[in-house]
Amino acid sequence: MTTIVTPKAAPAKEVVKDDSMVKQKEMMAAHYDRLTSASETGAKVVSTFVPGNLNELIMCFDLLNNLPEVNAIQSGLRRQSGAYVLEAEKIGHSEDVCTYVKSDVGMMAKGNIGPNGKKLPNPDALLLSYTGCFTFMKWFELLREQYKCETIMLHTPYMGDGKITPNMVEYMVKQIKEEVIPKLERISGVKFDIDRLREYLKKSAKAEDDLVHVLKTAKNKPSPIDAYFGGIYYIGPIFGAFRGTEDAIDYYRFLRAECEARLAEGKGPVTPDGDMGKERYRLVVEGPPNYTNFRQFWKMFYDEGAVVVASSYTKVGGVYDLGFRHDPDKPLETLAEYCLGVYTNRSLPMRIEMLANYIDEYQADGLLINSIKSCNSFSAGQLLIMREVEKRTGKPAAFVESDLVDPRYFSAANIKNRLESYFQMIEQRRAGGRAAA
Amino acid sequence: MKTFVGIDLGSTTTKAILLDENRDVIGRGITNSRSNYATAARVASEEARVDGRFTLFRRALTEAEGISVRLDDFLGALERAFRLEQFLEQLDDLQQTCIGLVQGDRFAGRESGVKEALAEVFTRLRAEAPELYAPGAKRKSDFFRDIAGSRYHTQAEEVARDASLPYELLLNVYDKSIIDVENRPPAGGLSEKFRRALARVLEADPQLQSARGDVLPVIERTLAVDLEETYLVGTGYGRVTLPFSKEHIRSEILCHGLGAHMMYPSTRTVLDIGGQDTKGIQVDAQGIVVNFQMNDRCAAGCGRYLGYIADEMNMGLHELGPLAMKSDRPARINSTCTVFAGAELRDRLSLGEKREDILAGLHRAIILRAISIISRSGGVTDEFTFTGGVAKNEAAVRELRKLIKENYGEVTININPESIYTGALGAAEFARRAHSGQIQGVEP
Repeated sequence: MTTIVTPKAAPAKEVVKDDSMVKQKEMMAAHYDRLTSASETGAKVVSTFVPGNLNELIMCFDLLNNLPEVNAIQSGLRRQSGAYVLEAEKIGHSEDVCTYVKSDVGMMAKGNIGPNGKKLPNPDALLLSYTGCFTFMKWFELLREQYKCETIMLHTPYMGDGKITPNMVEYMVKQIKEEVIPKLERISGVKFDIDRLREYLKKSAKAEDDLVHVLKTAKNKPSPIDAYFGGIYYIGPIFGAFRGTEDAIDYYRFLRAECEARLAEGKGPVTPDGDMGKERYRLVVEGPPNYTNFRQFWKMFYDEGAVVVASSYTKVGGVYDLGFRHDPDKPLETLAEYCLGVYTNRSLPMRIEMLANYIDEYQADGLLINSIKSCNSFSAGQLLIMREVEKRTGKPAAFVESDLVDPRYFSAANIKNRLESYFQMIEQRRAGGRAAA
Repeated sequence: MKTFVGIDLGSTTTKAILLDENRDVIGRGITNSRSNYATAARVASEEARVDGRFTLFRRALTEAEGISVRLDDFLGALERAFRLEQFLEQLDDLQQTCIGLVQGDRFAGRESGVKEALAEVFTRLRAEAPELYAPGAKRKSDFFRDIAGSRYHTQAEEVARDASLPYELLLNVYDKSIIDVENRPPAGGLSEKFRRALARVLEADPQLQSARGDVLPVIERTLAVDLEETYLVGTGYGRVTLPFSKEHIRSEILCHGLGAHMMYPSTRTVLDIGGQDTKGIQVDAQGIVVNFQMNDRCAAGCGRYLGYIADEMNMGLHELGPLAMKSDRPARINSTCTVFAGAELRDRLSLGEKREDILAGLHRAIILRAISIISRSGGVTDEFTFTGGVAKNEAAVRELRKLIKENYGEVTININPESIYTGALGAAEFARRAHSGQIQGVEP
C-alpha cells in the first residue's frame, strides 16, 4: 500500500453563481453607473458609512449614497486594493492604519476610478452617522481635507450598558432635526418631507422582513445558505444604497424564493464551485471576511463541508434578526434606534450573548473568529469574546487572522492550517462525546 | 507484522515514526526536507523501518538463547556498517549521475579529463568512507547531502588542482547531481544491505566469528518478518502540498497534541517551538486538542531566529545555549524580528555588551513571545510539555521555567529527548486508530 502521492493542481473552473448573486451584481453595477454619471445628470452625492447608513433620509433629498467602505471592498475583490494601500503608504499612512482607509485614500490618489472603470464623483457632503468606529471620524477628516466639502456629524452614543435609553434616542433625534436635516436641505436644495421618509421606511421594513427570513433558513440542516460568505452578497443592497427602494424589495423577495426553493430540495449553499457537498460543520463566525482572497478563503470552508450558519459581520449594517425594523410611524426615532443598534455599537457582553445564542439557535459546532489585523474596532476584546462564548456554550472556538483588503496580510497556508485543525478538532470532540455517551 | 507510520513534514526536517500494534515505538527516522516532499516522506519512513529492524534485532537477540555477543556493541557495529553500506550505495548513484552530466559546451574537449577526475574523486571518497563510520567518529550531520557534500568539495579541489582542471567544472556536476540523487528514493533492498553490513561486522571482528552460527539465523529470521505498512498518516505545515491523499492527512496541531499526550499522559498544555512556527496547544485527558494558538504569518522568535543568530555570531546552533547560560546580566531585547536580528546584534556588540548577555536576552525574548502565544491559547495547566528544536536549548528552557513559574506557579515541565518526533508520533497513533476503525482517530 502506498499512500505517498505527488499532489496535482486542479484545472481552474468557471465560477458558479446563483441567480440572486447575478441580480445583486447588476444592482451594484447600476448604482455605480449612477454615481459615475453624477456630473452629467447633475445628481449630488453624499458619502457615508455602512453602519448607521441613513439611506432613507439621504434619498429624501435626492442625494446619491456613496460608501467608501464598499468602494474599498470592491477594490479588494478586484485585486486592486494592494496597489492602493501601497499608494496610501507612500503618501504617509502607516502600516497599521485601517486598510479600508488606505485603499480609499490610495484609490483617490490614483484617479478615484470606480469598479466600472469610470471616475467616481467628488462628494458634496460627508455624512458621518455612526461614530462607534473612531477611525471613521479620522477617515472623514482626511476626505474633508481632500474635497473641502461640508461634513455632517451625527453622534451615536455607544451601547455600553447594553440598552438603548429614551435619552439616547432623544439626543440623536435632536441632532437629526437640528443638524442633519437642515444641512442636507441646504446642500441639496430640496425641502425635507417627512411623509416621503415614511414611505421609504415602509419599504425598508418590507425588505428587512425577507432578509431575516433568508438568514433564518440557516437554522435548517443542511443550511441552504452560507450566512457569511454568501451573506456578504445578501447584505449588499440593504446595507448600501438600496434600503428603502423597490429594487431592494424585489431583490429580497427573489432571494427569499430562491432560498426557499433550495431548502425544499434539501440543497446546501451555492459556492463558486457549485452546490456545496455534504454539510459537515456548522459554524458561527465573528469578524469581517478577507476580501483580497475572498474565494480562496471561502473554498477552505466548503471544501471541508463547513458552512457558516450565522455571522456577526452581516449585522454591522443592522441587526434585523433580533427584531429591529425601520418604523414609518416614528420616522426620526427609528433612524436613531437603527444607528444605535448596529452590531459594532453593541457592548462586548451584548456581542458575547448574541454569538452564544447563535450557536444554540443555529445548532452550530462552534465559533470561529477572523481577526482583522488593521481593525482595532473589531479586534479589541475578540479573544475575551472567544473564551466567554466557549465557556457558555461548551463548543470549541478558533481564531484565524487576516485583513480586510491588504493582500499582504493573507497567508493561505497559515489560515488553512488553522482551519483544518479546527475542523478536525470539532470532529474529534464530537466523536469523543459520542464515545463518552 | 502490522506497523503504523506517522510522518511529520517540517520546514527543515521530515520525521517518521513506526508504531506496532501495542502502541510501542519501534522505529524513528529523520531526513532533511529537501525540495521534494514526497521523497522526504519516503526517505524518512524508510529510515524509520531501518530503525525498526534494529529494534526487532534487539528484541530477537535478547530473547534468543545462547547468544554470547555483547548486544550493544554488536548492534552499534551493525548500525555503523549498515550506514556505511547505505552511504556507499548513494555514492555509486551520485557518481553515475555526475558522469552522465559531463556533456555539452561547458565540457567541450575536456570530457575525458573530467570523467577521469570524477573517477579519482569517488575512489578517494569510497576509500575514506569506512573512517566516517568508524566507532566514535564524529559526523556533523547524518544526511547524505551534508556528508558527501563536504567530503566531495575537499577531494574535488585537490584532484582538480593535480589534474589542472577548473575546480568549478567538478563543482558544477556535483551541484546538479546531488539534487537528483537526493530526490531519488533510495533503491536497493534493505535486507541485502543488512546482510552486507553483517558480513562486514563479522569480518572485522574475529571474536564474533564464533558467534556467527548463533547470530546469523536470528538476524535472518528477523529480516524475514514483513514490516507491513498497515496505515500511514502524514502531517506538517503548509499541508496544501503534502504528498498524501486526503484521508491520510491529519492536522499537525492535533498530531502534536496527541504525540505530547502519548509521551506524557498528564499533559494539558503543550508548547512547540519549531523552525518557523510556535504553537501553544491545550489538550484534554484523552489528548484531544481543545484549543490552540500559533504565531501568524510572522515567524519572529521561532527556531530559525536562533539559527540566524548563530550564523551571525559564527557559532554552531548548539553552542548558543551554553554561552547564554554564562550570563548574569541578560540584555533587555524586545524585538524578535529575524530580519533585524543581525543589526541589533552588531549594534549591541559595538556598544560593548557581552556576547553571553546579548544571547541571554535573545533567548528571553523568544520565550516571552512564546508565553504570549500560550496565554492566548488559554494559559498553562499542569502538566506542561515543551517540544521542538528549541526545547534542546538549555538557555531557552531556563527562561521558560522562570517565566512559567512567575506566571503560573509550580508546574511540572516535561521535555523529552525525542521531542522532535512528537508530531510524527501523534500521526502514527492516528494511523493506528484509523486502521482499527475509530472515527478520526478517537479512542472509545
